[in-house]
Amino acid sequence: MTAHFSAENRARAEALVALYPQSRSALVPLCHLAQAQDGWLCAEAMEEIAELCGTTPAEVYGTATFYDMLHTERVGRHVIAICTNIACLLAGAYELVEHAERRLGVRCGQTTEDGEFTLEEAECLAGCDAAPCVQVNHRFVAAGDAASFDALVDELAKGRRRQEVPRHGVLCRIERTVGLPGSEASPRRQARS
Amino acid sequence: MLTSAPRIVTSRLDHEDSYTLERYLATGGYKALHKALRMKPEAVAAEVNRANLLGRGGAGFPAGRKWSMLRAAETTYLVVNGDESEPATFKDHLLIERDPHQIIEGAAIAAYAVGARLAFIFCRGEFALGLERLTAACNEAYEHGALGGRIFGSTFSLDIVVHPGAGAYICGEETALLESLEGKRGFPRIKPPNFPAAIGLYGEPTVVNNVETISALPWIIQNGGDAFAALGAGTSTGTRLFALSGRVARPGWYELEMSKTTFRDLIFDPALGGGIADGGELKAFIPGGVSAPWLGPDSLEIGLDQEAVGRAGSMLGSGSVVVLDQTSCAVRAAWRITRFFWRESCGQCTPCREGGHWLEKILRRIEEGDGRFSDLDLLMDVCDNLAPGVSWPPEQTTICVLGSSIPSSVASALRMFREEFATHIRTEECPFAGAPHEMAGGR
Repeated sequence: MTAHFSAENRARAEALVALYPQSRSALVPLCHLAQAQDGWLCAEAMEEIAELCGTTPAEVYGTATFYDMLHTERVGRHVIAICTNIACLLAGAYELVEHAERRLGVRCGQTTEDGEFTLEEAECLAGCDAAPCVQVNHRFVAAGDAASFDALVDELAKGRRRQEVPRHGVLCRIERTVGLPGSEASPRRQARS
Repeated sequence: MLTSAPRIVTSRLDHEDSYTLERYLATGGYKALHKALRMKPEAVAAEVNRANLLGRGGAGFPAGRKWSMLRAAETTYLVVNGDESEPATFKDHLLIERDPHQIIEGAAIAAYAVGARLAFIFCRGEFALGLERLTAACNEAYEHGALGGRIFGSTFSLDIVVHPGAGAYICGEETALLESLEGKRGFPRIKPPNFPAAIGLYGEPTVVNNVETISALPWIIQNGGDAFAALGAGTSTGTRLFALSGRVARPGWYELEMSKTTFRDLIFDPALGGGIADGGELKAFIPGGVSAPWLGPDSLEIGLDQEAVGRAGSMLGSGSVVVLDQTSCAVRAAWRITRFFWRESCGQCTPCREGGHWLEKILRRIEEGDGRFSDLDLLMDVCDNLAPGVSWPPEQTTICVLGSSIPSSVASALRMFREEFATHIRTEECPFAGAPHEMAGGR
């Protein structure tokens, strides 16, 4: 099998596996890592994740497809999720979805031809006091009405929000650096007993 | 009424930098952990028992009793449930982003009490900022000596792993969460025998506590269980973080003394909800997440009290209150909530997988003007297959309570607003403005 993760990400992957008493537990974090590298979860990544987790690529695929955030098909650089659940519904979320579909020229679940935007109808994102709630790549953004939605799309297309909204797949930009298993500060030897 | 109860879990949220170690220490952070480590683990647990802290995730089970049910074993795990996804609930999201150290300190206290040396904070994947704040706080906590080997010079050692979810409501159910944490699809486990206290993570006894429950522990240890129990009334002690949303003037989070504050206070007090949006009229409210049956204006005097809301035929659940006003269509609201359950059903049990799907389809056709009068009985018939008798609390025909939660909104809407359903069917259209012409289709 050829390596799919870069050398740097392979080291990150092995560190993730070491965090858990059983390597299979790292499956979802490793899928996030693959998405951070590639923007989506490709077959080659799933093969390497299976090897790291001591399971089969089919198990990785079967698990990954259970979860909304894991994309086994290509998505855009910006995945825009509009919540339409109860609090957002009451704040006009479907009207916003209709506007977003017109603005981007795609329906929910589709990606623009240039690969910049994927539009999704999301379930409750736990931001109901600012309904309707919109996330781009799982970052909360203020885009609850047509005008601010358009302004957001323009800014994203021009690459002006990269600091705040990294490209799709990059989830947690902060890494655990202290007390890792094997390090001096780790209490793990006792935990594994 | 509004009481002078202290803010227990939101005490430092007025500070912009509430999530940093510096602010946490400046506002009394980690003192409770120092104190707990000088106590015996049993004494820490006894303090939480005295507080009668009811779990804040939704089920409301006493946290202390949950701890005491643990099977004795070599290895015990603590899992903090931060997979908040019950629609209209946004309190744990707030605590994760704005006070992660309080969660870490609470987790360390809980782990010490139950003898866990490895804990996981399962954070909902969609909370990217929350994951970053929690991870940064863990790094800080290790460097401060609050995590790792021999915490604060004691003999107690603890490692905490921040684990990201990946988008699945069902993983908030504690056994589905454990499956997910083991790297599998989030399928709830059959109970018995798989009560986490006996057979939990990797088959070992496991405590699963909600973020808000864990966040209350530092205060309880610092001030004593009796001080917590002195707030509220009956079994609903302490304060609770309520999330208010929908057609209300001031949606937001409010930490309130339990029992003594009423739904009227929460929705109408100028310092809280401030009344209905745009000067409208209250039509109904959902008192505890969308799994809860709806209540009407005649229930406003009920206190924010677990037992009182239960007696009224609903539940305080996850502490989220959604307000519907005269502009809100009951059919559309019930449809959207049902659509959520259908999408989020894990698919293991037929009544939930199929029943949710059919309820969604029937409600959709009524909302779109294609309903039949026979649909009204058909809806109740499907509900009866999901939760026989459609009573409260519901009977369960499925492995977990997701299935039996689906009838709540459907039956509430039908019971309270049957005439509104009839109007949809008779006039072949939704009488409310802004009806979505093409309510989004597939999954």
